[in-house]
Amino acid sequence: MSHHPGRMVGELLRHSVRQPATIRYPAVKADLPDKFRGRIQFIAERCIGCRMCMRDCPSNAIHITKEGDKRFSCRIYLDRCIYCAQCVDTCPKDALYATMDFELAAFTHDALQRDYDAPPATAEPEAPPAPETKDSEGTGPGA
Amino acid sequence: MANVTIPVGPQHPALKEPECFKVTLDGEKIVGVEIRLGYNHRGIEKACEERTIVQSQYILERVCGICSHSHSTCFLMAVEEAGKIEVPRRALWIRTLIGELERIHSHLLWLGVAGHELGFDTLLMYTWRDRELVMDLLALISGNRVNYNMNVLGGARRDITDAHRAEIRKALPVFRERTAYYARVAQEESTLIARLSGVGRLTKEEAIFYNANGPTARGSGVDRDTRRDDPYLAFPELEFEVVLDDHSDVYGRTLVRIGELMQTYDLIEQIIDGLPEGPIGPARAIRRVAAGEAVSRYEAPRGEDIHYVCTNGTDKVERVKVRAPTLGNLPAVVRMLEGGFLADVPIVVAAIDPCFSCTDRGIRVARSQGQDVWDADALRAYAIEFYRKRGLDLTRVKAPGR
Repeated sequence: MSHHPGRMVGELLRHSVRQPATIRYPAVKADLPDKFRGRIQFIAERCIGCRMCMRDCPSNAIHITKEGDKRFSCRIYLDRCIYCAQCVDTCPKDALYATMDFELAAFTHDALQRDYDAPPATAEPEAPPAPETKDSEGTGPGA
Repeated sequence: MANVTIPVGPQHPALKEPECFKVTLDGEKIVGVEIRLGYNHRGIEKACEERTIVQSQYILERVCGICSHSHSTCFLMAVEEAGKIEVPRRALWIRTLIGELERIHSHLLWLGVAGHELGFDTLLMYTWRDRELVMDLLALISGNRVNYNMNVLGGARRDITDAHRAEIRKALPVFRERTAYYARVAQEESTLIARLSGVGRLTKEEAIFYNANGPTARGSGVDRDTRRDDPYLAFPELEFEVVLDDHSDVYGRTLVRIGELMQTYDLIEQIIDGLPEGPIGPARAIRRVAAGEAVSRYEAPRGEDIHYVCTNGTDKVERVKVRAPTLGNLPAVVRMLEGGFLADVPIVVAAIDPCFSCTDRGIRVARSQGQDVWDADALRAYAIEFYRKRGLDLTRVKAPGR
């Protein structure tokens, strides 16, 4: 065994001709894993107003408000959200899901509030839109 | 010449987190060290008392950014013991797997930071590049790179699929090869050996006396590892060796961490080979927990993590107490620094893999005379008076949250 300085020179030289390890984000879109927990999205048509999400949210980031008979609106504070997606696991009606959206920086707190209106009062109950990432989200016991 | 006292921190280029080491010097030599804690107190324990167990789990996961899984698992193990909740075997193995993957990323991170503190930034760049591989694995399994949120009361939140196992199996030879390379660098690079040998000395007797834990203790030859001494999760069924080194200095701690990485790869291989079948969690989410109390110990990458939990039969905890590994290692740091040189402070402090934000809990300072506990108003009045004497009027500055 030889003891001399510069044991990593070989490594350095080998890497000088290789591609850099860094990815070219944001020029190239980031590759996200399937189960990524991004911004939480609310589907108003599915909400039954049990408010379990509000109860389980560790950071008080969800507010469900009753707007009328079986109609609920939702406000999500993205600045408080810690993106644990416990609300997604908790929701018994799958009215919440985690999107792949993570580029959420804003200049004001107000810009980080997301309001989701209640469904219109007169509308007939229609088939709710299928969430984009539903299949890949939440294989946990609550889902 | 009289002794000089230099404050290293709370804001200091060598420290990544706020903590104060008041170093008394005789020339270049350190003759006394005083540590002041509490700059990053976040009131986490109190926050947990006001939240449900489901919420507290996420709060406690954020005690530390690096050993996040350790804290959440340690807390849930205590809650499950207090409330006598049975955890499925597969969930225990999944928790162990994530814990060991976390150990890889923490030790590789430490190796890079140690290199950086020595001015050996080449080591930092390469270890951190290799660390990306385990970060990607954790993201693949849990969804995110840090704060994996893989635990749920009474089980694991997500399952390990065959595809995950295949990815881990593919990565293991790369980890082994890279770690063997770093082990060779650590054993052959003469500048590294010269810089680390004899620095931050802590003999075996001192390590026991100051109650050092984790790699800090094992680097001084103290045979102490919670995974073997008090096996939890899947560890009773797994085989591994506790890596010891008797250099008793920063070099010894480096070798212990590199050796532990190799053991961790073996453990991960055993886990993915023997992962039992079955459910991963309770059929219905558990919210209420029977009254009881428990202490749980967990060998986090940095050392032994201890959580005390008292439940009261509701969905909240009566009390939770967190003892992060760094707090246990700090008394030893004072001993390590004494007799050394000022230039060794950054690497000696970094060698325990400190996490000061994790450490800062409520600490009651016992004083021999006068008032020893101040409330917010008294503290505010003192601050206003302090700055008034220096010509600054802060009476108009509003106190937060009022």
